[in-house]
Amino acid sequence: MSDGALTPAAIRALTEARLTFGARGRALETARTLDFALDHARAREAVLADVDIAALQAALDRAGLAHRAVTSAAGDRQTFVQRPDLGRQLPEADAATLAGTGPVDVALVLGDGLSATAVALNGVAFVAALADRLAAQGLSLGPVVLARQARVALGDKIALAMGAGTVVMALGERPGLSAADSLGVYITHAPRPDTPDSARNCLSNIREAGTPVPEAARQAERLILAMRRAGQSGVALSRLIAAGALPGSG
Amino acid sequence: MSYRTDIQGTRYVFPDLKTLLARASPARSGDALAGVAADGPLERIAAQRCLADVPLTDFLDDVMQVEGDAVTGLILAQHDPAAFAPVRSLTVGAFRDWLLDPATDGGTLGRLAFGLTPEMVAAVSKIMRAQDLIAVAAKIEVVTRFRSTIGLRGRLSTRNQPNHPTDDSRGIAVAALDGLLMGAGDAVIGVNPATDTLPDYIRICEVLDAIRIQLDIPTQHCCLGHVTTALAAMEAGAPVDLVFQSVAGSEKANAGFGVTLGLLDEAWEAARALGRAPADGNVMYFETGQGAALSADAHHGMDQQTMETRAYAVARRYRPLLVNTVVGFIGPEYLADGKQIIRAGLEDHFCGKLLGLPMGVDVCYTNHSWADQEDMDLLLVSLAAAGVSFVITVPGADDIMLNYQSLAFHDAQFIRETLGRPPAPEFEAWMDRHGIGAPGVNLPALAAALGQLRLPAA
Repeated sequence: MSDGALTPAAIRALTEARLTFGARGRALETARTLDFALDHARAREAVLADVDIAALQAALDRAGLAHRAVTSAAGDRQTFVQRPDLGRQLPEADAATLAGTGPVDVALVLGDGLSATAVALNGVAFVAALADRLAAQGLSLGPVVLARQARVALGDKIALAMGAGTVVMALGERPGLSAADSLGVYITHAPRPDTPDSARNCLSNIREAGTPVPEAARQAERLILAMRRAGQSGVALSRLIAAGALPGSG
Repeated sequence: MSYRTDIQGTRYVFPDLKTLLARASPARSGDALAGVAADGPLERIAAQRCLADVPLTDFLDDVMQVEGDAVTGLILAQHDPAAFAPVRSLTVGAFRDWLLDPATDGGTLGRLAFGLTPEMVAAVSKIMRAQDLIAVAAKIEVVTRFRSTIGLRGRLSTRNQPNHPTDDSRGIAVAALDGLLMGAGDAVIGVNPATDTLPDYIRICEVLDAIRIQLDIPTQHCCLGHVTTALAAMEAGAPVDLVFQSVAGSEKANAGFGVTLGLLDEAWEAARALGRAPADGNVMYFETGQGAALSADAHHGMDQQTMETRAYAVARRYRPLLVNTVVGFIGPEYLADGKQIIRAGLEDHFCGKLLGLPMGVDVCYTNHSWADQEDMDLLLVSLAAAGVSFVITVPGADDIMLNYQSLAFHDAQFIRETLGRPPAPEFEAWMDRHGIGAPGVNLPALAAALGQLRLPAA
């Protein structure tokens, strides 16, 4: 299937790869080298920046959503990046601040993960859109929990502290060079302290140029309804959905 | 058996060989995460001094509580006492001196490979500085062959890695062409598929095979899907050159990858039976990386570098064409920064070569590591000095499917020119025929090159 002469624009539509369109046989041009350095700096900034909790709280206030804030046992960014085990633990004092918030059907957690940029750009919008949908289904939610230095499994500990039946953990994904604003969402039914990853359902690449927030909220709602009907999440739920065993959950 | 040493009145005791190896390991985040690292520089040096006095034969008597493990069994079965004889009486420290002795040449080291166990090699690497790792690896020549000859002294090959986030045929092809026009791909043109379905695996092989045949390139291709997918593809008659698999240093870690030695045996047999490589050619490709076993909770309390070296026992069973450590891919919880990645890359290359493997390195890092392209420059230069078999290259150093940074096609060009490292001779002749890399030759633009390819229908 020869296409004859393709324009560089047509080639760029095929792939975002950093191809060489100009001269070959020489070092990368100055402008491209500096473009690369800028993209890397953006990614590093997204990883290392602390989330602006005050700004997130203000945005949740505007959305009419109550909120709490906790910090994992990792404490700071450097520890968080190098110690995933600590990022999964909720200190007792933080767990205590969640006392009396439950029991609820679904706990909504917004964590920083590996990209403060993703949380700042897409986090509150996703949580608000999903909260609307779940409330319309008659599900109880409790306050949105903002979680600093958070890995996915921190959501299980938060859900246990709140007495939640299902937990949604939305957090920043590890930035790529081209996109530092991807939000990932992990949904777990009946979370335990030792939930295996295979018991989670995941939505990834939530960002303007990927899966847009409203579509992600719609998919998350369907998954939550399906797992609450099935009483399980993760690989087992995906199998049921693939087998058509859960009408209306596709 | 415990090990002890006294430094200025302080006694350091290490309860067993496995603990001693872990405490002697140069600092890295993964060993701290596993809770096996030395508690500081003094304990580390004490362990290194203690390790230097350990006889190599101790490693044959102690399987380090990784009993009943298929990789341990393989390591013991591979050990060749006759090949071990020249170094049998040495301690780890004396072994380092012997390796660095100018009288110990590459031929001697090549004959030693199956006399050594991975743990012996890991042990000596822990008391070697970067220049030692470079100096000894540079003596060793491990040559493998398919359509091109990899690993000849003074040469450096590249994997051309044209990954695409949706495995689009033309997206893959145009990235591969970008590299070929810069002379990248004499080790392999290899795609990590975004999906692991059989139809996609077969289509990717067909796309890469079409490029190779139509451009008459003396190289081989590989779709780096799971070995079970490769088996099914070979069964279906797909054009499979190299069979790929990620492997690790314990049976449990390999189970995490969904492989057993039996499954790898089956795949090796099937790939050889295709007859695409020359008789006695090499048809397997493996990737490894420090931290893989720990991330699968399958490290048996062993430090990550020793565990990594055990993976090379698995690899060498299959006389592979290519092996590379994906050194910085796993992330900062295992290798925190540029310094740790550079050190680990040199260790893995040295250990692989000493065990007889055609060792390459994916010189790479992720965006949550404290590393950047400059660290990759330094590792590339060091590895080229050490005689690395091949490195991985992608367009503009940015892998848009796996979301990490490796080397650019330009980086391979830099090292060829700066240190004088041509590619495999067959591929070099192909480049010469087409004027690739020659000054004043007008190469086709990417658009024209892609337009001329006839790719299989999607």
